[in-house]
Amino acid sequence: MANVTKLKKGLNIRLKGKAEKVLVKPELPRKFALKPTDFHNIMPKLSLREGAVVKAGTQLCYHKYDPRIIFTSPASGKITEINRGERRRIEEIVIEAGSGMEYEDFGKAEPSGLDRHAVTEKLLKSGAWPFIRQRPYGIIANPDDTPRSIFISAFDTAPLAPDYDFLMKEYGKEFQAGIDALSKLTTGKIHLNINPDYPCCDVFTKASKVQINRFTGPHPAGNVGVQIHHLAPIHKNGVVWYVNPQDVLIIGRLFLNGIFDASRIVALTGSEVLKPKYYRTYMGASIENMVRENVTTDSNLRYISGNVLTGSGIDSGGYIGFYDSQVTVIPEGDNPRFLGWAMPNIDKFSVSGTFLSWLMPGKLYRLDTNYNGGERAFVMSGEMERVLPMDLLPEHLIKAIMVGDVENMENLGIYEVIEEDLALCEFVCTSKIEVQHILREGIQKVIEETS
Amino acid sequence: MHSIRQFLDRVRPNFQKGGKLHMFNSAFDAFETFLFVPGKVTRRGAHIRDAADMKRTMSTVIIALIPAMLFGMWNVGYQHFLATGQEGSVWDAFAYGFVKVLPLIIVTYVSGGIVEVIFAQVRGHEINEGFLVTGLIMPLTLPVTMPLWMIAIATIFAVAIGKEVFGGTGMNILNPAVTARGFLFFAYPARFSADDVWVSGLENGEGIVDGFSGATPLASAAVQDMDAIPDAMDMFLGTIPGAVGETSTAAILLGGLILAFTRVGSLKIMLSVFVGAFTMGLLLNAFAVNPVMEIPPWQHLFMGGLAYGAVYMATDPVTASRTETGKYIYGFLIGFLAIMIRVLNPAFPEGVLLAILFMNVFAPLIDHIVVNANVKRRLKRAKLTGEH
Repeated sequence: MANVTKLKKGLNIRLKGKAEKVLVKPELPRKFALKPTDFHNIMPKLSLREGAVVKAGTQLCYHKYDPRIIFTSPASGKITEINRGERRRIEEIVIEAGSGMEYEDFGKAEPSGLDRHAVTEKLLKSGAWPFIRQRPYGIIANPDDTPRSIFISAFDTAPLAPDYDFLMKEYGKEFQAGIDALSKLTTGKIHLNINPDYPCCDVFTKASKVQINRFTGPHPAGNVGVQIHHLAPIHKNGVVWYVNPQDVLIIGRLFLNGIFDASRIVALTGSEVLKPKYYRTYMGASIENMVRENVTTDSNLRYISGNVLTGSGIDSGGYIGFYDSQVTVIPEGDNPRFLGWAMPNIDKFSVSGTFLSWLMPGKLYRLDTNYNGGERAFVMSGEMERVLPMDLLPEHLIKAIMVGDVENMENLGIYEVIEEDLALCEFVCTSKIEVQHILREGIQKVIEETS
Repeated sequence: MHSIRQFLDRVRPNFQKGGKLHMFNSAFDAFETFLFVPGKVTRRGAHIRDAADMKRTMSTVIIALIPAMLFGMWNVGYQHFLATGQEGSVWDAFAYGFVKVLPLIIVTYVSGGIVEVIFAQVRGHEINEGFLVTGLIMPLTLPVTMPLWMIAIATIFAVAIGKEVFGGTGMNILNPAVTARGFLFFAYPARFSADDVWVSGLENGEGIVDGFSGATPLASAAVQDMDAIPDAMDMFLGTIPGAVGETSTAAILLGGLILAFTRVGSLKIMLSVFVGAFTMGLLLNAFAVNPVMEIPPWQHLFMGGLAYGAVYMATDPVTASRTETGKYIYGFLIGFLAIMIRVLNPAFPEGVLLAILFMNVFAPLIDHIVVNANVKRRLKRAKLTGEH
């Protein structure tokens, strides 16, 4: 097969609770929320107050430093709460759904007949623009940039990740419309990256105006950052954009139907879910109707929008994140364990051979949220390199960030990675160093110093 | 189990800020986390974490040291019986050695442990697990006759000056165990060079069997007494006089397997040390002008502390090279230099110690070169493939 990139480094964490390929269509969720915390480097300003009545696609807030970038409501109803965190930062704009779904009309349009400007305008106005993100930094794309190319990863290798072929199989038309629109935004190629290990659905293989690239290997082979690194690495001044496949559908529907239809199929996964399945729901929808009477009750639970490595913790009535196609429920690890570090612990998962779990190579694990140890200085070396299929030295990059050395951060590849790419490094770190948090601080520092 | 938990919860207030035992807070904390893995849950970043932590990692090194330690204890007894012409079973020998070796270990742990606790308390840190390993690696590199007060001084020096002044485990430049050993070597050279120090019970000069020299193979080699070097099989198994844990290459290799399999110790470093030593051995053979230079390269691998250094000390991840390519260079040069010093400089028959210290200092330089190569390579690739 042509252009297959075989990645060897990485790690598949074998968790219990993979979603069965059955699509459930629950009743319309009662509550929705837009969470500005899903976006990096965005300063949200409210456009509407509590009590305002909105349709799907009505502007809720905008970015203070670029008012063209707006965020719109995923559903129709009434704004009931605006939840703020520290320093009055807006965390959630909650919408209580009315009966049925009403949409703002943005007008149908054939994307191939539009020019770049018209496509950009439509995406910006409808609130679909934030689905397009850029590397470096993993922030929302700047509408004034022309990206070198656009990347779409058509598979997800994260723990318990949804099967994109299952999510996408019925939406060939929407996907192509989305691709058509995106193709107006770049002078380069649209890279569609698939996994040749299993038959890929026609939606991807028959898509036109894309270049198909093939990647195999353990997680994080499905991460778009890793794929960019192998196809065309970025450095200072290079900008590429990337979009999730399901978000391409939302963009496609915007052009086909003229509405901001944020419906999305979400995999409900994790060891604590009684019946892990796929759910047809919406971006920003409350997970309440998915997890009610569908989770175990014998321990405290961690609800995660996203996967266990990069997702954000939410509560049992929390909301699906802007970019997430997965909800994971795992046990909290809040019980101290007697001599926990000394026991053979065959139910503990470790990449090192220090736990006897290597005796059972095929076992699926029920892992909890315990740190499994205290934070220490870097001691072990080589751990992180083994799970990062990139020509990068993650430990040295993290150290450069810790000492605030921007030049070294640039040299060591901070433009090429965001949190999800180094999430496994954080998972395996024996010293329990907060790699993802440190990396984002470093990225923020680079943004501030270079802009 | 539950009652222990309750007891800890009840006494904890005494150790917290304002409590009358606050000065022992870090010790309490170490004890508590020793008994119970805390119920602390992830708050940001990855929600799940690998089960391995520093305690697990360090205790794995301890497990890997057990074969060398047990063999060393037996060998101390065995050599003593051999030297004094007594008869004794395996258990008699082990019991004798146990009694002789245990104090060395205890003194190291206590003296170093006190320093660790003081520094952790002053800094308000948790106690680092690193010393668990140092405290066992170090005494096993010593002659069994080493006076305990010397060991205490060396350990305190190594932990305070060699490690804690740099910021503790993870920040140190020199391997603390090697530093302590080096301190003793330079401060009390006679304790390593005399023939009667390696076997317990010789210092009194009583009842020594005729023909038993008590010299280590390296000491014999240094005076070019080649006939006194035991045969290779004895050196491999370790039934020879020498430092407590260093004599048995077989037991050390068993520990090395544990370290390599669990990925706690770097197999790259271990192998590179042996390759480096072998290479130097070959070179010396090629230019041999005396019998010491003619020692077959493979025999060097069983002699002295080379295997012990390669498996337990060169692999210390903090002081070794931290890049994967760097590990090959680092290990190779340790082996290479160790044999060079051992053979060419008779004043220091044990070159491994010096080679490791020397390469500890150079490891950051090796990493610097490897990291720079990575930076250049990536920049070049970005320019080639980038469309800007």
